Amino acid sequence: MTLDVEKIRQDFPILKEKIRGKDLVYLDNAATCQKPQCVIDSIVHVYSHDYANVHRGVHTLSVRSTDKFEVARTKVKEFINASSDKEIIFVKGATEAINLVAQTYGKANLKAGDEVLITAMEHHSNIVPWQMLCEQTGAVLKVAPINQTGELIFAEFEQLLSDKTKLVSVVHMSNALGTINPVKAIIEAAHAKNIPVLLDGAQAIPHIEVDVQALDCDFYVFSGHKLYAPTGTGVLYGKQALLEAMPPYQGGGDMIRKVTFTETEYNTLPYKFEAGTPNIADVIGLGAAIDYINSIGMAVIAAHEAELLRYATEKAQAIKGLRIIGEAEHKGAILSFVLDKIHPHDIGTMLDSLGIAIRAGHHCAMPVMDFYNVPATARASFGLYNTRQEIDVLMSGIESLIEVFG
Amino acid sequence: MFDDLRDLYQEVIFDHNRNPRNFRIIEDADRKVEGFNPLCGDRLTLYLKMAGDVITDASFQGSGCAISTASVSLMTEIVKGKTEQEAEALFKQFHEMTTGKDEHFNLEAIGKLAVLAGVREYPARVKCATLAWHTLDAALKNQQEAISTE
Repeated sequence: MTLDVEKIRQDFPILKEKIRGKDLVYLDNAATCQKPQCVIDSIVHVYSHDYANVHRGVHTLSVRSTDKFEVARTKVKEFINASSDKEIIFVKGATEAINLVAQTYGKANLKAGDEVLITAMEHHSNIVPWQMLCEQTGAVLKVAPINQTGELIFAEFEQLLSDKTKLVSVVHMSNALGTINPVKAIIEAAHAKNIPVLLDGAQAIPHIEVDVQALDCDFYVFSGHKLYAPTGTGVLYGKQALLEAMPPYQGGGDMIRKVTFTETEYNTLPYKFEAGTPNIADVIGLGAAIDYINSIGMAVIAAHEAELLRYATEKAQAIKGLRIIGEAEHKGAILSFVLDKIHPHDIGTMLDSLGIAIRAGHHCAMPVMDFYNVPATARASFGLYNTRQEIDVLMSGIESLIEVFG
Repeated sequence: MFDDLRDLYQEVIFDHNRNPRNFRIIEDADRKVEGFNPLCGDRLTLYLKMAGDVITDASFQGSGCAISTASVSLMTEIVKGKTEQEAEALFKQFHEMTTGKDEHFNLEAIGKLAVLAGVREYPARVKCATLAWHTLDAALKNQQEAISTE
């Protein structure tokens, strides 16, 4: 089955926007995705008909709101094939999820001299929380190298797994390069030494079918806003036994069972990690986004995006002076590039004047920029609503700006 | 094709981007300060040669976008021969022009720098134009540490 992209585009009202008088060509999906009408409607509907605080009222609206919120949790559980709702913790994004693991699991299990292993292609959100943990505990951050195509050098990764390694935290798909890591092999290698693995799925989740049980990862994190869902939603998946053993993250309402001034008994999973009133309406919106994706099918979306990437790569390779950054064999729908003598910010501004939204910058992956010895890259990233015609517009824009810069 | 951008990317800017002026190191510089825009990765090192409070030579090294390269190139041209006070006054004028606080900036005083007035309409690019001047300001104040726009 192929994706009917013209029909899909009708679902996204923002795609009708004119930018500087031109049709919007939105190619910044790796930063955030646009929202379908059904997601927007779901939020309006909650606030118009079902809204009250969750888990605390006997009145009708509170019950309705709680039901919808917990249904969203079940949808997430099924979407990533977790074994229980208890393993789905709602947070505000992938960043918070990694910080949560660092500050709870990390603090409880790492001591001076222990190691956390990441890769050289991580987003800052999978670097800085571990640096903070290392500063607090005396643990050491180790970085597995990548090669020029942007692939993890697996043999070197394996070499870095040692008795000191207490956690491996790697990106499933790189936001700066598009590389899809061999996560199954990474997990097997780490598990052979009894080391748990966290996968940063922020970039992978809208492009790749994720089955946490098949992967056997210990933690999986992602943000809702890159999955066509509202901002401020995110998920930490953790294996139940690990989550049970972890100390809570923040203290407050909802995460307790009993409080006196001398002691507090914590709530059960998943609520132990969800202190305070959660992002109720947006989480319900996340549920609506998952319904939307399921109605199309991840495999169909992946095939559509793979074709867009193939087409864009082929056209980009034909442009003189364009260098693609990130040419891994297994790649998601991201095309990062630089042009001879034209800074990515100039590319970004010039393309914007044509209605084309791309990202120009370091993509919160400064170490990756350093590795390729570039200050920044321009990045076009594709989603389910993008078309070949939009890639044609992008490529002719690039050719024109090369001409103008001369 | 890029008609809307004519105010931002004037021919003078392309010219300075292609052939930056004073793009060299002053070995015996009296002042040397690094400027960095972490948002876009623009990085420059500014060198000044002073005689009393007069800037007798100015140069730079580094890499950045067309706006930031043209801005620093133009700046090194215009501040040569100026006193510290005159250069600071220019910085103030330039800042007002690019941040749009004063619609009626002193065109005469700003001279050639007026080609950068277009950045006012592009808030995301203002820092590209002002990085050079913030770096100069630090150099004139004799600060040693690197300057960041963030």
